[in-house]
Amino acid sequence: MYVYDGYDQTFLEERVAQFRDQVRRRLAGDLSEDEFKPLRLTNGLYLQLHAYMLRVAIPYGTLSAAQLRQLAHVARRYDKGFGHFTTRQNIQYHWMKLEQVPDALADLARVQMHGLQTSGNCIRNVTADHWAGVAADEIEDPRVYCEIVRQWSTLHPEFSFLPRKFKIAITGSPNDRAAVRVHDIGLRMHRNAEGEVGFEVMVGGGLGRTPIIARTIRDFLPKRHLLSYLEAILRVYNQLGRRDNIYKARIKILVHELGVAKMAEMVEAEWRSLKDGPLALPAEEIARIQAHFTPPVYPDSPVFTPEFDALRLSDAGFRRWLKVNVAPHRQLGYAIVTLSLKPEGGVPGDMTADQMDAVAALADRHSFGEVRVTHTQNLVLPHVRRADLPALWRGLSELGLATANIGQVTDIIACPGLDYCALANARSIPVAQRITQRFSDLARVHDIGELKIKISGCINACGHHHVGHIGILGVDKGGEEFYQITLGGSEDQNASLGAIVGPAVPNEVIVDAVQTVIETYLSLRRPQERFLDTYRRVGMAPFKERLYAAA
Amino acid sequence: MIKNKNLTGPQSVTANRLADGVVVFLTADSQWSPRVSDSAVAQDAATAAALMAIAGKAAADRIVVAPYLFEVGVEGVVVRPLSARESIRAKGPTVEEREPASLG
Amino acid sequence: MPLLKGGVVAVDRWQCAANGETLPADGPVIVPFVRWRAERETLIGRNAPVGVRLTNTDPVADLAPDLDRLELIVLEFPKFTDGRAYSQARLLRERYGYRGELRAAGNVLRDQLLFMQRCGFDAFELTQGQPVQAWVAATNEFTVFYQPAGDGRNSAMQLRRAAILAN
Ligand code: SF4
Repeated sequence: MYVYDGYDQTFLEERVAQFRDQVRRRLAGDLSEDEFKPLRLTNGLYLQLHAYMLRVAIPYGTLSAAQLRQLAHVARRYDKGFGHFTTRQNIQYHWMKLEQVPDALADLARVQMHGLQTSGNCIRNVTADHWAGVAADEIEDPRVYCEIVRQWSTLHPEFSFLPRKFKIAITGSPNDRAAVRVHDIGLRMHRNAEGEVGFEVMVGGGLGRTPIIARTIRDFLPKRHLLSYLEAILRVYNQLGRRDNIYKARIKILVHELGVAKMAEMVEAEWRSLKDGPLALPAEEIARIQAHFTPPVYPDSPVFTPEFDALRLSDAGFRRWLKVNVAPHRQLGYAIVTLSLKPEGGVPGDMTADQMDAVAALADRHSFGEVRVTHTQNLVLPHVRRADLPALWRGLSELGLATANIGQVTDIIACPGLDYCALANARSIPVAQRITQRFSDLARVHDIGELKIKISGCINACGHHHVGHIGILGVDKGGEEFYQITLGGSEDQNASLGAIVGPAVPNEVIVDAVQTVIETYLSLRRPQERFLDTYRRVGMAPFKERLYAAA
Repeated sequence: MIKNKNLTGPQSVTANRLADGVVVFLTADSQWSPRVSDSAVAQDAATAAALMAIAGKAAADRIVVAPYLFEVGVEGVVVRPLSARESIRAKGPTVEEREPASLG
Repeated sequence: MPLLKGGVVAVDRWQCAANGETLPADGPVIVPFVRWRAERETLIGRNAPVGVRLTNTDPVADLAPDLDRLELIVLEFPKFTDGRAYSQARLLRERYGYRGELRAAGNVLRDQLLFMQRCGFDAFELTQGQPVQAWVAATNEFTVFYQPAGDGRNSAMQLRRAAILAN
């Protein structure tokens, strides 16, 4: 993991002091709410439906056990004893008090954490593949470049008042687990013909009101030029992005209006003036950051042990968990374990302070003290000895974190929705809860197979509904909650946007509707065929027919 | 967002307390109460504007932040918000705030 | 409107001449970019310092050949949340090598002052009535910076590299 040096720590402490003073000035009346709002937003502090909400960055989704313990502490001391992991690999606390936020941030700064740039019209917390550094298919660890981008973008003087928020994601693997094509800038690492590793640069992706898949403006960018190229893109956007209409202010609209060729041309022209300047990355600087991400030294560990074998033979629950919550590690004898924050009837992504502490202890015992946060609102222990899997499974089961449903119908992404969010049209969480209750039989869940349901409480699409195999969008019809269903979305390397099935359905029948969609799939699927593949083969018609037949 | 719609019918004013963010409602004696049932109700636009003027002053005095009007229904002495949004805001989230660990 | 320059409130010796207004007979004058373009020769011939005020959509590149003739450039912040002038400032300083006074006008607030300074602004038309110390303090809230920008401060990366090379 990246460990702060004196520069980073000094900076962060200065930042906390600055915000403490800004809060003081707000409470003393020296700052109006209009002036204060952008300041608190760039520190991750929102005013939500019920209270202040603090969003804490988890850069590229990597946490140490010590950091997780501190997140538990903040939950207990300043909030109501829990936190909510988001689709951007952040954690949110829903019940903060403005006057206490500076203290909470000071506590977080002690473990090198902050709420910097988790909101506001700036470059947001950079995200990456949650299996970075351990995935079997990885070309290079993307977190090295995320960290470089994190530093460059931190309080960037030129790009702190962009037309709109700006999100960057990096994947180091051909299997894209970071959804880079739905970001303002998506970077995909790959090798060119000479065998050199660099980035494919995509711009203008995004969800929200106008979902668009990003377009490639450069096939191969050498690592040395990463920052100068980003600066060129941001400069073009900062000057030309629309500021007259908030719904047209994202870079995707600029790319759309200019055309991708013109956009590429302008970026390249700007970049030619920047590329050999002070932003060029020396190989030694890359190596210095890389050294922070060196994998742990893995002691030899057996692939199978008698205990593991016995449990696997005797316990169907363990087998199911192995099948979907445990993934191959690049190191023989080790595994990547996903902790499900999607228990039956639970709030997707919520975790209590006690659970956080317990997971920190498990991470220390079984995963070299390291934890990851996924954009699907789950946690990952990235380096687990296979021999430890039985013990870990038991430990996680006791905590309610071993539901064997990763990637399955009940591993639902849901934004906070109308229960917490001031912008929402409808609730998301209760819909997710009801679906998990409807599909509580794990044997049935595993029979249905890979299926990604994503729920957003409004068109802002924090729940990524456009790229759900089944997407659910809350809409407001005369003050009542309705839900629009989309099918066929996907966020991986073959990203696609879901298509709307038909008119929105009322709250009472949304779960029935989801069940109908799933039953239609089951009746149509070929052996081994996933939901998405069936949908892509047969199209919308049979689903639509069944869904609206009764009406 | 419901809060920006043109409102008709009886209305009350809500805001958040500046220092701790708690949801509050403007009462008939110009105080702020955490209970929606304590809300002053305006039956016409002029009264609503008067309530907002009081709220605006409270915002300027740094007691509350972001006040706005919302529609209410009045039955006897009971005041309740009409929209799903405002009733959730008044009552709190509809989900249990902390899921017991045993649910897994 | 007080003018902050070099950490003190400075006397503003400049007069403005908007489009269509008569130019003052002598003394330093600021004209809008369009007027500069239209009356460039006259303005140069006046034998008094000339400054140009740009809107956020005026192309700074067009000024590049004349930068050593200009003693002042004013960039506008119509709202403090509109950040286009930051890019204009950096281009003027870093790409085109402008060395004269670069002044921030409009909705210039204390909490954006450091960003402005980092992008190369060195003069600020202040809008909030706060003691000058508060404004100066705002530019001293940080000692660590992560990017090379228009103020010439070293970035953390540059300092780290220098430290490594020195050893
Ligand atoms: S999608 Fe809408 S309702 Fe959900 S968290 Fe985002 S803004 Fe709020």
